Amino acid sequence: MAQPLNYGYGEEERILRGEVQKFFKAHNDELKLMNLVGQDPDPHRPPESLWDREAWNKMVELGWTALAVPEEAGGIGLSAVAMATLIEEAGRAAMPSPLIATVNTTYVLKACATEAADTALGEIAEGRPAALAITNRKGSWDFKATDVKAAVSGETTTLEGAAWFVQDAGKAEFFLVSAASEAGIGLYIVPSDAPGVTVVPDSIVDLTRDQARVKFEGVVVEAAGTAAGPGRGDAALRAALPAILTMVAADMCGAAEWQLQTTVNYAKERVQFGRPIGFFQAVKHPIVNMMLMIDTARSNMFNAACAIDHEPESALLYAHMAKASASDMAEHCSGRSVQYHGGMGFTWECFVHLYFKRQLHNQVLYGDAGYHRAKLADIIMGPVAA
Amino acid sequence: MSDEERKDTPEQDEFRAYCREWLSKNAPGPPPVQLPQSPIEITTEEQMAYLRGWQKSAYEAGLVGCDYPKEYGGGGRKDCQRIANEEMQRAGAPYFPNVIALGMAAPTIFFHGSEELKKRFIPKILSGEEIWCQGFSEPNAGSDLAGAQTSAIRDGDNWVINGQKIWTSLATFASWMILLARHDRADKYSGLTYFVVPIKEELGRTVDVRPLIKITGEAGFNEVFFNDLVVSDRYRLDDVGKGWQVAMTTLLHERGAGPLVTPAAAGRASEGDLTRNAMSLIDLARNSERNGRTAADDPVVRDRIMELVVRQSGLLQSLRRTRVKGLTDHPLRIPQAAKLVFTELYQDIAALSLDILGPSGTLFVADENAPQGGQWPLAYLNSYGMTIAAGTSEVLRNILGERVLGMPKSK
Repeated sequence: MAQPLNYGYGEEERILRGEVQKFFKAHNDELKLMNLVGQDPDPHRPPESLWDREAWNKMVELGWTALAVPEEAGGIGLSAVAMATLIEEAGRAAMPSPLIATVNTTYVLKACATEAADTALGEIAEGRPAALAITNRKGSWDFKATDVKAAVSGETTTLEGAAWFVQDAGKAEFFLVSAASEAGIGLYIVPSDAPGVTVVPDSIVDLTRDQARVKFEGVVVEAAGTAAGPGRGDAALRAALPAILTMVAADMCGAAEWQLQTTVNYAKERVQFGRPIGFFQAVKHPIVNMMLMIDTARSNMFNAACAIDHEPESALLYAHMAKASASDMAEHCSGRSVQYHGGMGFTWECFVHLYFKRQLHNQVLYGDAGYHRAKLADIIMGPVAA
Repeated sequence: MSDEERKDTPEQDEFRAYCREWLSKNAPGPPPVQLPQSPIEITTEEQMAYLRGWQKSAYEAGLVGCDYPKEYGGGGRKDCQRIANEEMQRAGAPYFPNVIALGMAAPTIFFHGSEELKKRFIPKILSGEEIWCQGFSEPNAGSDLAGAQTSAIRDGDNWVINGQKIWTSLATFASWMILLARHDRADKYSGLTYFVVPIKEELGRTVDVRPLIKITGEAGFNEVFFNDLVVSDRYRLDDVGKGWQVAMTTLLHERGAGPLVTPAAAGRASEGDLTRNAMSLIDLARNSERNGRTAADDPVVRDRIMELVVRQSGLLQSLRRTRVKGLTDHPLRIPQAAKLVFTELYQDIAALSLDILGPSGTLFVADENAPQGGQWPLAYLNSYGMTIAAGTSEVLRNILGERVLGMPKSK
C-alpha cells in the first residue's frame, strides 16, 4: 500500500495540534513544570512520582486516552500520524503524565486482538492509565527477555518475578506484563494494586517521569486478564514495536524543538564581548545543526508514522530509522542547549536541564541509535553470517 | 482533508502519464561519449552536442520549462516541472547541459527582466540553443559576494564592464552570462547592478576566458576577464542598485529553494547515480574484505552505512514534509537547508566509500582495476566543489541561523 504524499496530515491533524498546544499552554509552562518536579534537587531524595493529576484528568476528559483505541473497543481509532502529532506536542511540553506509557500499552493491546485485550482497551479509552512491564534486569529490548515466569494451570496463570525499567509505573493503574512459560511469552493484564504486586520506584535522572521495578509474587491472573496467551505475546509486542518507537521519537522531536527555540532565544539575548552570543559562528553554526538534525529526525518520524497507517510492511524499517535519527539528534541538541546557556545552563534553576534529562532517558528508551542501526542493517543488508 | 493534499492534481496525473509514455519511447540509451559526473564538468564538444540534443528533444516534448508561461516558450502548466523531473529521474535520463541557465538565469530573468528580455532569452534557455554561465564570484569576493568589484560604468545608453570573475563553469560554451557588477564603490550592497551580458561574440576582444584545472584534474571552471565590454542598458535586470536583491533570486534558485522548480533529469539524489546514494555502499562492502570476512559483516561498517542511510531517508522525507501544510515551521527552514544537507551527505557517502574500498579506493579513473571506473575517489574530490560552490556550507549556516532562526547577522 502506498503512503499519501502528505503523510495523511490534513485539516483534522492541524486542528488536533492546535488544541493540544492550547491545552499545554493553559496547564503547563516551564515555571509550573519546575515547581512541580524541581522542588528537591537533592540527588539522594527518595524517588517520587510527581505529576499533575488534575491536568491528567482533563486530558482524559478531552478523550486523549481514547484516541489510539480502535472504535470497536470503544475508542476513536485515530491514525498513528495523528497520535504522533499529539505526542510531539506533549514532548514539547515535557509534562509528567502517563500519556505515552498508556498510548504504547494501547498499541500492544491492539496487536493482541483478544477479548481480554479489547476490554482493557475500553478501560484505557475511559481514562485508566497503563504501562508496559516487559523489560528484564539487564535492560534487554528483546521481546523474549523477561524475568517474570508464568505458571499456567488451566485458565489461571500465576506470575512470579520482576519487570524492570517500567515507565511511569507510579502513575499506571494496570500493567501489561510479559511473562515466560514453557509455551513461550504471554502478556497479562495486572492491576497495580493486585495482591502480590509491589512497585519499587527507581531513583532516576529524569525528573519528568517515573520508573520502577515491579515485583510479582504469586500474582494470580484469570482468563479475563490474559491479553495474549503463552507463545503469542512476543508477536504482539513485535507488531506494536513500530508504533512504540515512533511515539518515543515524536516525543523527542517535540522536546528538541523546545531546546532549539529556547537556545536560540538565549543566544539572541545573552551578550558577551559586546554582542549577543548568537552572533558568533562557534555558537550559531552548531545551533543551526540542531535545527538540521531535528528536521531529519522529524521527517523520519512522520514517515514511520505514516507507514504504520498506510504501508505496514515497511513500518518497522522506518521506525528503526526514526528512533536512530531521534537518538542521535537528541544527543546533539541536548548537549548544545546546556553548553550555550553557559554557567546558567549548568544550574538547577535553569530549565534546560529538565529537557536534557528527559532526552537522556528517551535516547536509550527502547534502544539507542546504534542498536537501531544494527537492527536496520539486519533488515537492509541481511544478518551477519554465522 | 482535501484531495489536493493527499495526491497530485488531475492535471499533474495526466501530465505524469504523458511524461512516462514519452520517456518510455524517447529516453536516451547509453551515451556515445563518456559523460562527467555533473554538467559543470562538460569539457568536450562531443559531450556538449550529445547533451544539447537530449535537452532539445525533451524541451520539444514539453518536459523542460513546463511551468513557464507559453509566451516565454514554456508549457504554461502549473506545478508540473516537478512531475517531469521525477519521471525523467525514474527513466534514468541524463542531465541537461544548460544547467546555469535553467537553474539560475531563467528564473532571475523571469522575476526581474523586462518583457522584451523574457521573450528574447527564456525560450532559447529552455531549448538549450543558448548556453549560459554565471559571473558572480571574484578572486576577492567569494563567500562575501557583495564585495564584488567588477565595475559597470554608465556611458549613455550603454554600460562599460571591466574586471575579473572566477570559478565560471561552462564559460567556454556560453553565449551569455548573468553578471553582478558594481556601479558605485561607495555603497557595498546598493552599489551593485545586475546584467545579462554577451560572452561568445566578444571572446578574444573585450572578453577573455581562461580555463582553470580543478582538484580532480578536470577542466570546467574558468576565469573570465572583462576589458571594456560594452553592454546595452536594455540588458540590465531590475533597477540600478538592485543587483544584490536580484542576486538573491538567483542564489535562492541555485540552492533549490526558489519558487520555480528547475528542470533537472539526473538530478539530486538520483538513484541512478551510485555515488550519491548511501545504499550503493552496501555493494561496496559486500565486495570488500576486512578482518578476514566481508566488510558487509563488519559491525562498524554496517553502523556507518546505516547512519548515512538514515540521514538520506530523513532528507528525502524532509523534501516531502516541506510541502505539507502545518508540518513545517519557518517556510524556508527545509528549502534553505537542502543544498547544505545534500552536499554534506554526498561528501560523507564518498568518504565512507573510500574507507570501505580500502586500497581499491586509491585507484583513480584511468586504472583498469578501479572499482566503478574510479568514480568513488572522483566523487570524494568533487564533493568539496559541492560544499563550496553556490554558498559554502559555512555561509549557508550563517543564512539559516540569521534568516530562519533570527540570530544576529555576522556582517
